[in-house]
Amino acid sequence: MPISRDDVIAWLSVYGQLLEDHREYLTQLDSSIGDADHGVNMDRGFKAVLGKLPTVADKDIGTILKSVGMTLVQTVGGASGPLYGTFFLQAGAATANKMELSLAEWASAVEGAINGLMARGKANIGDKTMVDALVPALHALKQAIADGIDEHEALRQSASAAEQGMKNTIPLVAKKGRASYLAERSAGHQDPGATSSYLMFKAMVDAWTK
Amino acid sequence: MKKLINKPEDVVVEALKGIEYAHPDIVKVHYEPNFIYRADAPVKGKVAIVSGGGSGHEPMHGGFVGMGMLDAACPGAVFTSPTPDQMLEATKLVHGGAGVLHIVKNYTGDVLNFDMAADLARAEGIEVESVVTNDDVAVQDSLYTAGRRGVGVTVLAEKICGAAAEEGRSLKDVADVCRKVNGWGRSMGMALTSCTVPHAGKPTFDLPDDEMEIGIGIHGEPGRTRMKLKSADEITEMLMEPILNDLPFQAGDQVLLFVNSMGGTPLIELYIVYRKAYEIATKAGLKVVRNLIGPYITSLEMAGCSITLLKMDDDLIRLWDAPVKTPALRWGV
Repeated sequence: MPISRDDVIAWLSVYGQLLEDHREYLTQLDSSIGDADHGVNMDRGFKAVLGKLPTVADKDIGTILKSVGMTLVQTVGGASGPLYGTFFLQAGAATANKMELSLAEWASAVEGAINGLMARGKANIGDKTMVDALVPALHALKQAIADGIDEHEALRQSASAAEQGMKNTIPLVAKKGRASYLAERSAGHQDPGATSSYLMFKAMVDAWTK
Repeated sequence: MKKLINKPEDVVVEALKGIEYAHPDIVKVHYEPNFIYRADAPVKGKVAIVSGGGSGHEPMHGGFVGMGMLDAACPGAVFTSPTPDQMLEATKLVHGGAGVLHIVKNYTGDVLNFDMAADLARAEGIEVESVVTNDDVAVQDSLYTAGRRGVGVTVLAEKICGAAAEEGRSLKDVADVCRKVNGWGRSMGMALTSCTVPHAGKPTFDLPDDEMEIGIGIHGEPGRTRMKLKSADEITEMLMEPILNDLPFQAGDQVLLFVNSMGGTPLIELYIVYRKAYEIATKAGLKVVRNLIGPYITSLEMAGCSITLLKMDDDLIRLWDAPVKTPALRWGV
């Protein structure tokens, strides 16, 4: 299953739609342990991304992903802006000049993206952040590829790992970001960043396996 | 939601327009990316100071742009950090050849965005130093969290560093003054009511009529404890005690006492709090040599207050007294 430039664009569009559909939900999660703006900010950022896509749609995958990163950095704000922005900038750096990727190349770009995001945010697994959904999703994807599993199934397993990681944030006590000020009071709430990160992997399944 | 606004998405830009019309002698406003900057920027040979943060804390930071304080302020959406492109453009515009100091409140978003902006500005050959303020003693166990929040001391640091820059001190010296102010200042706040973010449309948290939140953050982040409402004197004691216990304040020290409104609390109540805080400080042997009382670092319409105590030495006192001309703070000119 090669991933073409159009597939990447389809993925971004589906993710943008998921963020719009989940805008109130993400904001509601954020109001419990943050500052009640995650859904609004991500939706605003991805509306800008999708608005700008036509101007780069004829370029390579790297250029498209870098443009997504710059747009997110400029429009999302908060912590999510630089974190998701860094994610897409790094993914773009790993896919420069590519018009098509194998799933393994895609997994490697996602790995670079997650490493970049973790370097910027300095969060580790278990800190109740985006990382708790992203890292399990990446591991599941790499494992499925190594096991030679059907690629659609690999994407589904990756998204389920992200979903499980997202749910696993519920009992955690936040150690990073604004939720950390709540200390033990942050337990019992699902992390909004982990939720928007899960949606990014769900968007791959929705866009590429259906 | 009952607010004096047009549309939630227009709140920040319409307020910027108002500032532009109101203070053309002091500031100019740049749109897309949005920032407020000194009308006479760049000031050649002077260290420039840039700050910023989410909107909703007015007059901070835009109201502090002008001679003797900030060179530029970058407003984000309400309670949302501004973005690196705003900070980068502001940094480039006000850079007068002596470097730029970024004063950043310790919130994850602000720190990450200013980090990115500083990287980008350095890549363009501008010398940038960043100082992060983190004076909120309400945050305990700060080793296991994102750390203490930057609150009231930020206002004092911007005034004092602005004066130091105006005197012609170097970037390193101005940054050192900033670190000293941050190290010598401590704050704690409380809320009587929640606030409502315009685009959220409903109160950020529920606080029953007979309860209060002690240790609140400036975005309505919960603090140390929630309890039944108490008298102004008891509340003041609850704010002053952790501040006094945290700082190496000693009998005989000179201090600045800053009593700040969260936005909804009137001046008459701030003076009641100031009176008690002054008595507590004096009883602890401190000499209150300067003060600031009013709404300077607010949280929209939240009712409540914060108290900041800053240890002063002769240099800080002189810098505090130096002339300042901004929309919100003005003396000596």
